[in-house]
Amino acid sequence: MAGLMAGFGHYTHAVVRGIPASLAKEALRSSQSDVDLAKAQREHEGYVEVLRTRLGLEVVELPADESLPDCVFVEDAAVVCGDTALITRPGAESRRRETEAMKGALKDLNLNIVEMTDENATLDGGDVLFTGREFFVGLSKRTNQRGAEILADAFKDYAVSTVPVLEGLHLKSFCSMGGPGLIVIGSSEPAQKALKIMQQMSDHRYDKLTVPDDLAANCVYMNLPNKGHVLLHCTADEFPESAKVFEKLKDHMLIPVSNMEKVKVDGALTCCSVLINKKANI
Amino acid sequence: MTTEAGSETEVKEKAEESAAQPDQSEKATEETQEAANAEVEEKEKEKEKEKEGKDGKGISRYLPTWLKKQKSQGQTSPTKEVPPTEEAASTVTREEEGPAPAVNGHAEEVEEKEAVKSEQVKEKEAESHSNASADTEPAKEEKVEESAGSPEETKEATEGEEEGKEKKEQQQEGEVQGEGEGGGDSQTSIFQSPLRLVRKTKMKLVVCHVTLLDGSDFTCEVEKRAKGQYLFFKVCEHLNLLEKDYFGLTYQDSHEEKCWLDPTKEIKRQIRSNNWQFAFNVKFYPPDPSLLTEDITRYLLCLQLREDVASGRLPCSFVTHALLGSYTLQAEFGDYEPDQPRPLDYISQLTFAPNQNKEMEEKILELHKSHRGMTPAQADAQFLENAKKLSMYGVDLHHAKDSEGVDIMLGVCANGLLVYKDRLRINRFAWPKILKISYKRNNFYIKIRPGETEQFESTVGFKLQNHRSAKKLWKVCVENHSFFRLNAPEPPTKARFLTLGSKFRYSGRTQAQTRLASSLIDRPAPSFERTSSKRISRSLDGAPVISITEAGRDTAENGREPRLELHSDSKSPMRVHGDNIYVRHSNLMLEDHDKTQDEVLKHQASISQLKRSFMEAPPPSPPQPNQWEKRLTSSPATTIRIQQQQVVSVPQTEAAAADSAISDTKEPAKTAEVEIEETVVVQEVSKATKPGLVTVTSSSPTGPPAEQETREQEVKVEVEVVVAGEAKAVKQESVSSESESEEEAEYHPNVSVSFSHTQIPEEKEEDEEQEKKEEDKIAEQDVSAPDAAAPLPAEITQPAEETKQEVEESSKEDTEAEKNKNTEQEKEGERETEESTDDPMITPDEAPNGLALPEEEAETGLVAPAEEDEEPKMNGEASLVEAESRPQVICCSEPPVVKTEMVTISDTFAAQKTEIATKEVPIVHTETKTITYEAAQLDGNGDGEPGVLMTAQTITSESLCTTTTTHITKTLKGGLSETRIEKRIVITGDCDIDHDQALAQAIKEAKEQHPDMSVTRVVVHKETELAEEED
Repeated sequence: MAGLMAGFGHYTHAVVRGIPASLAKEALRSSQSDVDLAKAQREHEGYVEVLRTRLGLEVVELPADESLPDCVFVEDAAVVCGDTALITRPGAESRRRETEAMKGALKDLNLNIVEMTDENATLDGGDVLFTGREFFVGLSKRTNQRGAEILADAFKDYAVSTVPVLEGLHLKSFCSMGGPGLIVIGSSEPAQKALKIMQQMSDHRYDKLTVPDDLAANCVYMNLPNKGHVLLHCTADEFPESAKVFEKLKDHMLIPVSNMEKVKVDGALTCCSVLINKKANI
Repeated sequence: MTTEAGSETEVKEKAEESAAQPDQSEKATEETQEAANAEVEEKEKEKEKEKEGKDGKGISRYLPTWLKKQKSQGQTSPTKEVPPTEEAASTVTREEEGPAPAVNGHAEEVEEKEAVKSEQVKEKEAESHSNASADTEPAKEEKVEESAGSPEETKEATEGEEEGKEKKEQQQEGEVQGEGEGGGDSQTSIFQSPLRLVRKTKMKLVVCHVTLLDGSDFTCEVEKRAKGQYLFFKVCEHLNLLEKDYFGLTYQDSHEEKCWLDPTKEIKRQIRSNNWQFAFNVKFYPPDPSLLTEDITRYLLCLQLREDVASGRLPCSFVTHALLGSYTLQAEFGDYEPDQPRPLDYISQLTFAPNQNKEMEEKILELHKSHRGMTPAQADAQFLENAKKLSMYGVDLHHAKDSEGVDIMLGVCANGLLVYKDRLRINRFAWPKILKISYKRNNFYIKIRPGETEQFESTVGFKLQNHRSAKKLWKVCVENHSFFRLNAPEPPTKARFLTLGSKFRYSGRTQAQTRLASSLIDRPAPSFERTSSKRISRSLDGAPVISITEAGRDTAENGREPRLELHSDSKSPMRVHGDNIYVRHSNLMLEDHDKTQDEVLKHQASISQLKRSFMEAPPPSPPQPNQWEKRLTSSPATTIRIQQQQVVSVPQTEAAAADSAISDTKEPAKTAEVEIEETVVVQEVSKATKPGLVTVTSSSPTGPPAEQETREQEVKVEVEVVVAGEAKAVKQESVSSESESEEEAEYHPNVSVSFSHTQIPEEKEEDEEQEKKEEDKIAEQDVSAPDAAAPLPAEITQPAEETKQEVEESSKEDTEAEKNKNTEQEKEGERETEESTDDPMITPDEAPNGLALPEEEAETGLVAPAEEDEEPKMNGEASLVEAESRPQVICCSEPPVVKTEMVTISDTFAAQKTEIATKEVPIVHTETKTITYEAAQLDGNGDGEPGVLMTAQTITSESLCTTTTTHITKTLKGGLSETRIEKRIVITGDCDIDHDQALAQAIKEAKEQHPDMSVTRVVVHKETELAEEED
């Protein structure tokens, strides 16, 4: 009997999506860069493999859609907490249709679906940081106040605080959860500022793990039976300094996952999956 | 309300005390004897003041009274009778309650005054005839009571007191009703312990209907003049509830809003409508219900929460609704019985959620099955464990608008103040971050402690729907802060001259106290009957609104209501001074007042005289209230004595500091009288744990008083001297208003926080990691400090310049407060670094010319005194900064004028939308004393006239470091030219500093240096660092 807010990081399922060929050219990106499609696909396969094989999650893999170049970043399409799934309304017009497939998949998993129908609302899942006790929603280029309000409505149990995202694409472009009560945060000024705001807004205490690279601060935390704390984080190739920091986490099963290509189109580790705890049905 | 009586003044005062203190009679008699004339003046304090003020006597006369009150309280309380029943219930906690009654007294004052006036007057008259001496009177009353019929005398202070009060009042009433004037003595009202009264008289009984949490009605008879507490105790007795401090009674006011029944006030005066209908509700939601001692308490909390959830007041998700519902079923019906045909039937008759549907009910049943074997108590506990995690648990919401007119909600809870826009939390102010809470008209302000990266305090303003709601919000904040953050309720406001407006304070026990009390509960778990959730099935009316506002009373938002004025009148004479002192308030009030300018001026003049005499007075020995008078009237001497009124408890970080500000006004030409002012107000806040108070030490996890005793002897004395010369053209109205209305009030949470330990941890928690660095730094500095020449860092800063603008609303209070804060923070920082051992002396003269920027220090908290000495900094920059930032100070429609020397007010709220500084200066446990001598209220400088920092020097001697900063401000506004010099002297040392001496010297110097100016205000802020405990 899991009570309210119990079992942060417990997941049984993951929803992922393939990489369309259009990603290389058409995916949105904040900086000019050429993506090696094949390499990106290999990376993604490795990512999915970790989830499926290494961690034993039930992985639901949605097919790529060539008309949706960013569709691999499923996180933005839905926010799942407990047995409720909020289907978002992505801030980028070109990505709105990504939610359709996601909705179907989540429905199939018997989640309570809440849709964001308000046309004034935008929300990217990448702006939603769930700490286990509360939500922080980054107000960014992709997410607005109305979107955050709808999220608050969908998850009434939790406090939902807004955090301005001044730089970077999403809130989670420079932070993520590294464990219960542990926020991994980049060391840039905007990141630290955002952290301060989060700390001020919260009734709860959080530890923080500061990593030198903002992008490295995006990692995937899980708490799995028989495996304990699991952390998917950046590789030493990519961010050597930050990787060292992660290696200090002695209690975690650390799994470096390469993300060299997807990062070129602003894709981070959390972006590529929606994690679900099907036993969350209390 | 009728306030017309000629004798009102007297009455008022009496009434005040009558609420809780026996002393009233004293006062009453005094006054009656003293001045028959005073009666006539009643309504307008101002008038009174004027008249009386002329000779100075008038005021002085009041002073003693005030002082006496306290005395008498102490004396009388022990002798009161305690009703047997209550004894039983309250045995555990009595001691603790001691402070409470006093507090209540204040709160009640206002209302009571009005109500009781006439009767009391009569009484008193009667009494006065019989008894010449004030002191004897109280005794008399008691005697009467005794004779009347209650033989039992208990020493238990609180309850006894309260009861006693009630009795008295009733007595009075009885007299009035029965006999009118004559009866004075015991004839009519005989009454015994409330719970088993035997009333012989005509006292009217009223039937009260109280809706309990299970939906049932509890009916009881109450004497018509009974106080809220009486009814509340009866209800608790009926419920067999011991941990009652989390609960309260609500009623609907004339605006259909739910209000909390003030336990210390007469019920009749609160409900107004003659609708004796109440509801028993949870007032303070315990953050961790598992810490409650008794199941019955948890059960009642559950009932409240079920209702909160069902009504939608406590929002939660579908799943949570189902889960909570399932625990409710388990608690009420026991294990799920598969054979039962009825499940879906009965379940649908219960209300679990605002939009309950079949699906939810099925889910509830499904979950119910999983609870098999769980006892009702366990189910309740599980219910609470889940409910407490809900983000809106225990959050009391109030509609408001932010500075931009955007609709928001302000949520008051155990941790602080939350700001919501729609459902989103957009800001949060933890209690430790809040320095002051105030309201004015329909504005509500909080002053925020500057963050690590911020130099200045900021004030955030919100606009409430009306004055009533602003006041209500303020009260809720005061109560919540007191309950959750303090060791003991803040002592009575009587001692606080500085505060205007409502004296309301939380009167009950704090959470710490109630926890201690409940830890002592020694009875077998009471059996109680679960009522199958009668209540759950019926949806509740709105959330209980917390507020003790007197509904009918204050309607005029700005207007000055006669009543309000009366209140002010009734308030002790000290009040008057206070009013004068704080320009900001007074100004506002002036607007509302009808006074003519002349009156104002006269009044002011009289006050100034008083002040002057006060200032000149020699330092008398121990601070005794009565000495005040002496000083005021016949002060030969030279030094200022600091009185100790224990008003406040210890602020977390702030060591004992005494700020003394002396401001003089010179007047150019026309207004001679006005400018001769000197400070009269003395306030000393000693935070030290008083032995007398209930120390919640042991039980409270957070802050053991014991530690306080271990405090290190680092004492810093800060002396601020403000010398202001003002050339005033014609109008000085602003200065004079003395309105003391309930339109506004302030509350300094931090200052009064005795729970320093708790707070400290909290803040540390927030910025733990960040602060680590800081701490490191500090540590380093510690090391370095010794090396530095000055073992005892004493800082004397004379920074702030303040611009006075008569018209401005700004109050010196703000400045002071801010100054204090600044300094405190400095101190915080410094403290850690300092470890010197000599006796600090304030010797600005000797000071080498080091320049220190207090502000900077404050910011970082890292500045070691030693450093200062070594590297004097120029202050000019600092002041500039200030000036620049000031313009930002815009909150709501009525910018709270915060005046600061070094402090800049900014609209943080707006700023925080993008940026919020979390860090705070490391907090040190400290004791604080603040003493303020005020003369002129003239400064309204709030509005941001940039001050000019003239000089700053730091003097270091062997044992102490002294930093002096001087700010000079000149203001030209509408023909009015003012020069104000503010000196701040910070002395830091290891050992006790004779702040009296320091103060005397500072004043002396100030006078010498600026012979043509007068000292307007002296604030002495003394901080003592407590021994650091590991948190």
